Amino acid sequence: MAGHGRTRVAFAVLTAQLRDRPLRLLVTIGAIALGIALTAGVYLVNASALAEFARATRALTGAADLVIDGGRTGFGDQLYGSLASRPEVAIASPVLEVDVALAAGGTLPVLGVDPLIAGRLQPALYADLVGGFVDLLAPRAIALSAVAARALGVGRGGTLKVRIGTEDVLLDVVAVLPETAYGRRLGVMDIGSAQWTLGRLGRLSRIELRLASGVEAQRFATSLRLPPGVLAATPAVAESRATTLTRAYRVNLNMLALVALLTGAFLVFATQALGTLRRRAQFALLRALGVRRGEIEAAVLLEGALVGAAGGALGTALGWLVAALVLAHFGGDLGAGFFDGAQIAVEAAPSALAAFVCLGVVVAVAGSWLPARRVAAIAPATALKGGDPELGSAARRGGTIGLWLLLAGTVVAFLPPVGGLPVAGYVAVALLLFGAVLLVPAFAAAALAAVPAERGAIARLALARLRGTVVQSAVSLAAIVVSFSLMVAMAIMVHSFRDSFERWLGQVLPADLYLRIAPGSDTTFLGPAETAAVAALPGVARSEFRRLTQLSLAPDRPPVTLIARPLGEAVVAQLPFVARTDRPRAGRPVVYVSEAIGDLYGLAPGSTLALPVGGRIRQVLVGGIWRDYARSTGTILVDRATYQGWTGDATVTEGLVWLAPGSAARDVGAALRERLGMGESLQIVESTALKERSLRAFDRAFAITYALEAIAVGIGLAGVAVAFGSQALARRAEFGMLRHVGCSRQQIRTLLALEGGLLGVLGAAYGLLVGVALSLVLVYVVNRQSFHWSLDFVVPVGQLAIVSAALVLAAATTARIAARAALGEAAVRAVREDW
Amino acid sequence: MTPLLELRGVVRRYQLDRPAVLDALSFVLGAGEYVAIMGESGVGKSTLLNVIAGLDRPDAGSVTLDGRELTALDDDALTLERRRSMGFVFQAFHVLPYLTAARNVGLPLELLGWPATQRAARVTAMLQQVGLEAAAERLPRELSGGELQRIAIARALAHRPRLLLADEPTGNLDPRTAAQVLALLREQVKVHGGAGILITHSRAAAATADRAFEFDGRELKPLPVG
Repeated sequence: MAGHGRTRVAFAVLTAQLRDRPLRLLVTIGAIALGIALTAGVYLVNASALAEFARATRALTGAADLVIDGGRTGFGDQLYGSLASRPEVAIASPVLEVDVALAAGGTLPVLGVDPLIAGRLQPALYADLVGGFVDLLAPRAIALSAVAARALGVGRGGTLKVRIGTEDVLLDVVAVLPETAYGRRLGVMDIGSAQWTLGRLGRLSRIELRLASGVEAQRFATSLRLPPGVLAATPAVAESRATTLTRAYRVNLNMLALVALLTGAFLVFATQALGTLRRRAQFALLRALGVRRGEIEAAVLLEGALVGAAGGALGTALGWLVAALVLAHFGGDLGAGFFDGAQIAVEAAPSALAAFVCLGVVVAVAGSWLPARRVAAIAPATALKGGDPELGSAARRGGTIGLWLLLAGTVVAFLPPVGGLPVAGYVAVALLLFGAVLLVPAFAAAALAAVPAERGAIARLALARLRGTVVQSAVSLAAIVVSFSLMVAMAIMVHSFRDSFERWLGQVLPADLYLRIAPGSDTTFLGPAETAAVAALPGVARSEFRRLTQLSLAPDRPPVTLIARPLGEAVVAQLPFVARTDRPRAGRPVVYVSEAIGDLYGLAPGSTLALPVGGRIRQVLVGGIWRDYARSTGTILVDRATYQGWTGDATVTEGLVWLAPGSAARDVGAALRERLGMGESLQIVESTALKERSLRAFDRAFAITYALEAIAVGIGLAGVAVAFGSQALARRAEFGMLRHVGCSRQQIRTLLALEGGLLGVLGAAYGLLVGVALSLVLVYVVNRQSFHWSLDFVVPVGQLAIVSAALVLAAATTARIAARAALGEAAVRAVREDW
Repeated sequence: MTPLLELRGVVRRYQLDRPAVLDALSFVLGAGEYVAIMGESGVGKSTLLNVIAGLDRPDAGSVTLDGRELTALDDDALTLERRRSMGFVFQAFHVLPYLTAARNVGLPLELLGWPATQRAARVTAMLQQVGLEAAAERLPRELSGGELQRIAIARALAHRPRLLLADEPTGNLDPRTAAQVLALLREQVKVHGGAGILITHSRAAAATADRAFEFDGRELKPLPVG
């Protein structure tokens, strides 16, 4: 018989066993499918959301080669004249972009453009407007995207009430853009009308340039002398700057999904490892019949590949379904609040879907590789004699490699980020996890040897069995360790984050009431008269006001937030600092930057920073670095008086109110709303409500993490169930013998429950150790390098104790249930079978 | 002769439309007796053993051991009876691969709750009787087939059962080792008292018993021994 024929024979012998054990086969396929479904689902959600985001961004930038961007602050429109007249510039399109506060609450991004010029750069967006641009010239005329019109419930001929400064203004909707023009909420006005109506006379946000033929964009950008705070960037850079905002979040989600996939892969490994151990005699028989080692190995790998293909196909289909449901119900950011809720459909190239099916095969084959090698290497004589193979040199080698991997993982964890991503952190987690898994046999042997001999024959028998079958015990234990340790690590990370976030909220929300004027908008604010009125209101003991604006410090990074607020000594003392300096100011104003600014721009206390504010570069001293969980792109605190001196801007966008003794928050809030008369554009929130809302938003953002944790543990327990079930069936003859010598069924169930429970205890203990080690990497490396904020490391002892107990109970129960099938009449008859 | 084991009209049928495996079987085994039962494959020898051991319930008739009617006991009581009063030797040995020879021999004593010192002394004595005292701490994979079967015999008799049931105990052994094991079985039954039943295909093995029977499902027909 030729080699491939022998492999077919070997394969047929193996798969005959699978046909007899369909449940185990289904569980293994299911685990792969679940891992692939989560990975594919997260990938498809991210890819679809980003594709939609990129489409929207490209719709805005169109055929522009270069964008001169002044951010939210903008720049004087005299720059337009100087740029448009340059010979290198073929088309110069002025744009005013403002987030307009809606009187009914919320904001609407509005573009002020010259339709005739803009239509040459972005024909798809403005084609409809070009023909009817005369309508747009009317004062307060606005065109809405189809999505905006639907969301706001207004159509052509209707009116839209917005808040400009302290006044309500009615805009006339003169057109609704076609659905295909733009897929998100947007308003378009004539630029002159926008400048006048929105209070931006003489200001522009950006100028989109189409360069003359032969002019290289980057070289031209370098030749420009732009005002402070104005940057030149190609559309690709601008697009990447926008997607950078969500990159860390998306990468972390992908990593979490890969956790589920890894757990599924380990389930395949555990199933194959135990299955090949159990079928040793059959493999030995095949070897005795002339099947070569390589052919045995190929048969086992082929078995794994088929399981992987089935799991991969099923998982990919499930992943598509999951992505569609998630996008429909939670949006492209899974509730994290990064995207604006635009409707997004699932998009995936056939090649991407095929890749996920192949990933299932790769994962299953990878999980089968080591068991295939090991079983092919077993000496037939030893296998036919039965009994557990000795731990031997292979396990000792594995332990040595495991130690090296632990060391390597520890070293790698200290490496810096790559491209702003914690790649070294992820690699460190993988190295530590694999190292810990390789050390499981050594741990199992040592831990089982240390367990005191119990009273009771059944307990002693359970312990003897685990000690005498360390290889099998180690495989079951490793399955528990992989899933449990990852769950522990994520639980500690999330708990540390939540605990740190909750305490941070207490520090940064000291007032009783918070006023926010149309958050996210550029058009409305409180002026000195309004702030004085608030301060004078009965029931108000003290008030403080802040101005928030945005600055662009680098063309390839998202804008940072500048907060101008009173920074007296008492206020500064209460900031959640992580580092400060007492370095003399040397005449420079002092600012306090968040950890993200420190990480992204390489700043430390005592550094100097150039801030483009008020049309000039201001050299400031970094007085300290503080913890800010509100903005991962970075925040700079500057004294409000200093800001006013730079800009002449006395308006504010946020306020804090401390109540006088005996005053009720609700009453003062109502009085504030009546006094200021700003309708829904003024948000007044009590600090307790704000904290609760913030924590709910936190929990919502981490809901997907909690779900993935639970799934990883579920897959791990499924692996344990499969392992116990497989072993129980293989031990039928042993159970039959025990029944003959006088063990009751109950005693045998107790035996298995004790074995499962003890493995659960060992798995929980080792899993906790490994999980804590992994959590240190997640907290101090992955989280820090992803989001640029530090966490206080807090272990949720109570939660972990409950989960550990649940694991032990689940393992014991699973083992006991798995015995049911093995304790019937077949067990008694099994003593009279040869094998 | 005092009856130790008595079967009266035992019927065991697995399917209503097929003949009964045990058809109104009656049999008496006296204390101190060592009998061999022969029969063709599939005739019901295993069923007979299971009924005697209380691992299978007859559809009719009774099984009495030392004056106690086993067929009237529930599963737990039958298990206890089996633990106290019976010992088993199997064709495939069925020693636990993760226990040493000594612990395998002592397994019934552990289940009966013997104190550790008494247990150790009895295990040592049994290993001496089967000539394997030196192998006490060895694992089954280090022992030959004959040695494993001797371990199994020691285990079966460690607790001084009233009844020893040996099902094809020499089926996996070479003739010389088989002869040694058969001699050991007979010796141990006689030394410890009680009674023994040997299920076998071999006339030579049957010849080591006091009496031999041919079992055809309905009755046990005496066979000449020797």
